[in-house]
Amino acid sequence: MDVFIQTLVSGILIGGIYALVGLGMTLIMGVMRIINLAHGQLMMVAMYITFVLYEFLHIDPYFSLLVSMPALFLVGVLIQKYLLNPLLRIESIIPQNQILMTVGVAMVLTEVMRFIFHSDYKSVKTPYSSAVLYISSIAFNFPMLIAFGIAMILTAGLFFFLLKTDTGKSVRATAQNKDAALLLGVNAEWITQLTYGLGAALAAAAGTLLLPIYYLYPDVGGQFTLKAFVITVLGGLGSTVGAIMGGLVLGVAESLGATYISMALKDAVGMVIFVLVLVFMPGGLKTLTKV
Amino acid sequence: MKSSHWSKLSVVLLLAVFPIIVPSDYYRHIFIMALMWVVIGSSWNLLAGYTGQISFGHAAFFGVGAYTAGLCVTKLHISAWWGMLLAGPVSMLVAFLIGCVCFRLRGPYFNLATLAIAEIFRLTAIVWRDLTDGMQGILIMRTFRNKAYYYYLALILAAACIYAIYRVMRSKWGYYFVAIREDQDAAESMGISAFRYKTFSLLISSFFTGLAGAFYMNYMGFIDPEVVFSLYFISIMAILVAIIGGAGTIWGPAVGAFIMVLLQETFRSSFFGIFPKWVSEAHALAFGLLVIFVIRYMTNGIVGDWVKVQRLWSKNKEQPLASTGS
Repeated sequence: MDVFIQTLVSGILIGGIYALVGLGMTLIMGVMRIINLAHGQLMMVAMYITFVLYEFLHIDPYFSLLVSMPALFLVGVLIQKYLLNPLLRIESIIPQNQILMTVGVAMVLTEVMRFIFHSDYKSVKTPYSSAVLYISSIAFNFPMLIAFGIAMILTAGLFFFLLKTDTGKSVRATAQNKDAALLLGVNAEWITQLTYGLGAALAAAAGTLLLPIYYLYPDVGGQFTLKAFVITVLGGLGSTVGAIMGGLVLGVAESLGATYISMALKDAVGMVIFVLVLVFMPGGLKTLTKV
Repeated sequence: MKSSHWSKLSVVLLLAVFPIIVPSDYYRHIFIMALMWVVIGSSWNLLAGYTGQISFGHAAFFGVGAYTAGLCVTKLHISAWWGMLLAGPVSMLVAFLIGCVCFRLRGPYFNLATLAIAEIFRLTAIVWRDLTDGMQGILIMRTFRNKAYYYYLALILAAACIYAIYRVMRSKWGYYFVAIREDQDAAESMGISAFRYKTFSLLISSFFTGLAGAFYMNYMGFIDPEVVFSLYFISIMAILVAIIGGAGTIWGPAVGAFIMVLLQETFRSSFFGIFPKWVSEAHALAFGLLVIFVIRYMTNGIVGDWVKVQRLWSKNKEQPLASTGS
């Protein structure tokens, strides 16, 4: 029983971070109707920023959120402005041109980082990296707990932004109907840039929060891109509440799979769930909740 | 039209005599890889460029083909060359099953489903040690020491693949494929079964990709799941090769394959030793930048937007530009 609860706890904790990854992806999906296959790579860039800040300036990983998030926001805005938006105006044989562009962006980001930092594994070892908090016999990994907390705060902040502010409402309006939003005076061009920037910043937050407990190499982005779209599809493309649930479900499913099936099949669990959801419940979890 | 015919014929002739003029194993290897990518890129192009179903999972067929050949040796104890016969049908069988699942989906959902299924294949190949030897991979003895044999095999494979796709696209099927790409609902209302013709397209595509996989096993003599089922080195490369050359054109993927392999190799050798060593580390970066450039400015690829390229060329005619490719 203890093992089961322990598995559940660590699944939920990592699920909180996954939710952050999925939220960024689902925002982009909702507004632009594209899958952002560079999502994990944006996260990887943020991890390197955090790594550099820690290694050379000795800034605590959690404080470097203040640098990595704005930096990735800027990167995201620039990618959307100069690489993705212009494609909307071009006729092409293949309709999913923007998706292919994100693949190119992902490749370039990975290779730039490989060029600068080489393929070595890096990690940030903080004094509290392996600190553990015990509640009865259940262990809570301390950095995971902080990461989960910050992830929840950021999620709450995002919801406040989307629901209460004018700009947030414009984002939601654009997601619902771009043409109508345009007619009502929403600057859709800027909204898409803002959304991609926000998505990138959320990915950056997830990357930075993960770094104290994870390791880092240029190809690390690929696996998080995979996870990001599993989460997004699980929750229902474009649904923010769905992304949070998707993140938690994936986190729990992975850690259950790792404990009870095999460590090596941990990633396969996510993929199998993913295909099943696609085939039997294409709308994702949001069809259950109607949010 | 006439002149382009001649240029194509001369390219084919040049490729046919290439190993005779160039005895270097290194250059032969580069061209063998390029020809293999011609096969993969072209078959991806049939499904995506012509039928409009963008697959992110061609590594599944490539890997299944390669493992079919490899398992011939380790499990059936027959020559890996039997794999060349078996790989096509086996890949088609796998493709049929994948098609049954994935063709229920459209657009981004289809892209993601193919990607996920290819990942499942990769992870299964890693974990199912009894069958595949997992990450240990499969190592076989190569039959020929002389690379010229492999070169001609690859050339025949590439030619057969391009010719088959050319014939298919000239037939009634080809028009159905394009109709589905342009507007699936309209095609269905005209009485074209989208599911059936998408499946046909996928079967042909997977047949050649599987063959390329079996060829890879025979040629390289070593495979492991991370190589042949790789998302980034197979699935995505197949897409990029076709996109750079031009999706929805017969020769596009072939041009793209040669550009990809030659560009990467030029960088990897630091421009044949002219530039300092660190340049070699940028080989994938250079290709990535080219991809972004092509998608941004030549959306239909180099062959697809050839008119654009020519116009650009005639505008600055005073600059001597070497025109390569056909």
